[in-house]
Amino acid sequence: MKRAFLMLLVISLIFTGFTSAYGAETIKIGLIAPLTGPIATFGQSVEKGVRMAVDEINAKGGVLGMKIELFVEDNQAKAEESANIARKFIEQNKVVAILGPVISSNTLAAAPIAQQSKVPLLSPTATNPRVTQVGNYIFRACFVDDFQGTVMARFARTGLGKRSNTAAILYEKTSDYSIGLAKYFKETFINLGGKIVAEESFSSGDQDFSAQLTKIKGKNPDVLYVPSYYDTAGLIIKQARELGINVPILGGDGFDSPQLAELAGKENLKNCYFSGHFFAGSSAPQVKTFVANYKKRYNAVPDMLAALGYDAAYMLADAIKRAGKVDRDAIRDALANTKNLKLVTGTITLDESRNPQKSAVIIGFDSNGNQVYKATVNPPRK
Amino acid sequence: MITEIFQQIINGIALGSIYALIALGYTMVYGILRLINFAHGDIYMVGAYAGYFAITSFKWGIFPSFIFAMLICAILGMSIERFAYRPLRIRNAPRIAALTTAIGVSFLLENLGIIFWTPTPRAFPQVIPLKIYQGIYERFGIIVNNRQLVIISVAIALMLLLQFIVNKTKIGMAMRAVSFDRETAWMMGVNIDYVISFTFAIGSMLAAAGGVLVGIYFNRIDPLMGVMPGVKAFVAAVLGGIGIIPGAMVGGFILGIAEILVSAFIASSYRDAIAFAILIVILLVRPSGIFGVATREKV
Repeated sequence: MKRAFLMLLVISLIFTGFTSAYGAETIKIGLIAPLTGPIATFGQSVEKGVRMAVDEINAKGGVLGMKIELFVEDNQAKAEESANIARKFIEQNKVVAILGPVISSNTLAAAPIAQQSKVPLLSPTATNPRVTQVGNYIFRACFVDDFQGTVMARFARTGLGKRSNTAAILYEKTSDYSIGLAKYFKETFINLGGKIVAEESFSSGDQDFSAQLTKIKGKNPDVLYVPSYYDTAGLIIKQARELGINVPILGGDGFDSPQLAELAGKENLKNCYFSGHFFAGSSAPQVKTFVANYKKRYNAVPDMLAALGYDAAYMLADAIKRAGKVDRDAIRDALANTKNLKLVTGTITLDESRNPQKSAVIIGFDSNGNQVYKATVNPPRK
Repeated sequence: MITEIFQQIINGIALGSIYALIALGYTMVYGILRLINFAHGDIYMVGAYAGYFAITSFKWGIFPSFIFAMLICAILGMSIERFAYRPLRIRNAPRIAALTTAIGVSFLLENLGIIFWTPTPRAFPQVIPLKIYQGIYERFGIIVNNRQLVIISVAIALMLLLQFIVNKTKIGMAMRAVSFDRETAWMMGVNIDYVISFTFAIGSMLAAAGGVLVGIYFNRIDPLMGVMPGVKAFVAAVLGGIGIIPGAMVGGFILGIAEILVSAFIASSYRDAIAFAILIVILLVRPSGIFGVATREKV
């Protein structure tokens, strides 16, 4: 018994020795992303982008002479999983910062835990305004929904061939993202002199939207706004077209997935537009390099989630470098001072609420369901 | 406005026939065994996946894929009965034990689905080309498509077939006998295990048919696709009078139409809440369901 105890002691000593020696040489970062589940392509793209950035940084010698060690966990797009993983990253893996989660409602669940433990959390893609309001340790690498909703309302009024005077909205009442976008779209559209003729909602998991769409069709709007993720937006677009709603359908960055065309049917994507963070066909040099490297590595064209994941990793690496030490508080301060950082999705300067001011692109589809660039919209000058 | 009401009722019938399709299997198993097979919605999910793989991996046509999905689910249903429910029945376990087992089987199937097929939704191949019929009712501006018509006709055909099996065939007579009095049927030489196995096979085949059709209709399948329709189909079966085959059909239509009309003319946010409140009211008035009569022989 005594000997066994002694053995255990020796083993544990060896282990702690190893881990601490190992730990001193790396910068530990955790990534929370929905790698499986209803919006799996979002998480997989973000992970690819982050991994590519981390490998590039490490190949160049890492940050502050240390390699970045990346921990990745799948939250299946569930809020409670996101909170659990955040806790695990902080308590077990002892990460210095967290990247992710990807969607707003997941980020809103993980953020309070990061804030409490004073660990910087940088979501590449959570666009709901409330995310960074959780506290001063919470950051994001993308623009905010009020901007996104505004952009699409403006586009509906003036960007389409014919001026839209009336709009209908169909949103998901159980999603922070969807509610937020619907609200900002509505406000701007009304401010610009338009009229909202129908405002319908559905619950997550619904597959049948015929009632709402029939009602919307009866109101005869010039444009339909569907702020939803691709898995439901695909079904809605399909059912809308089948019911004979042929007006333009607009959405947010949640449309950006190769699966949208599969679920909606590519012929139905005609006359659909969404606001996004990045367009892979852009001629900007940093986008071209990124797209070329990404293609070489993954044999696929990056979507905007991959680009934002990539940018978020660089944003964090930049902050650690400026902090000069691997310390959570120092990294937070450096992140908050991010200024004129040139990245793939634009030049990032964080405002006092830790949100970047960036431009948005509007993307449409060709007859094969491929994305087509439509316009770039710059943020309002403050 | 009239147009819209007509169109909404058609939408409701289309949605209701999906519930009816699933409810038929629920109600049949209950009618024979007095067991609510909560795994029914998940067998429906397995059926959708079986059809999906038959079409995408084996490159089969719609008809063989349909049969394949039904066979797979018949085997699955019989195995579930053999390994999960029969041991309980033999030991005369209380009914609550069987119910709890059913819930367990349901979770098992869902999670196996998540492990094997990942929770990521898949787009179901569009094997029935979409045709939209607008011309016939142009005067009213109503739109119906062929997939809706297929679902409604398959649901009605299966209901009639089921009625025929239960009322006109020898095995149906055995099923009714088992339902009426299991002990006596056994003493009269009815092979109870065989009859119950058969009941599960038929019920699961119905679920598989529903899964494939709904996959085609909504163009999206995932391992949790059976949860909500399963619950709603169960409610539809109870509403119609559980154990009564035409009741499942009528219950499904009522639930579908109620849901659609609530979201169309009251508020889409209260869709489920109000639809279910209506059901509570119906059950208050007719506690054993619309077709349920206390003295009527079930099945």
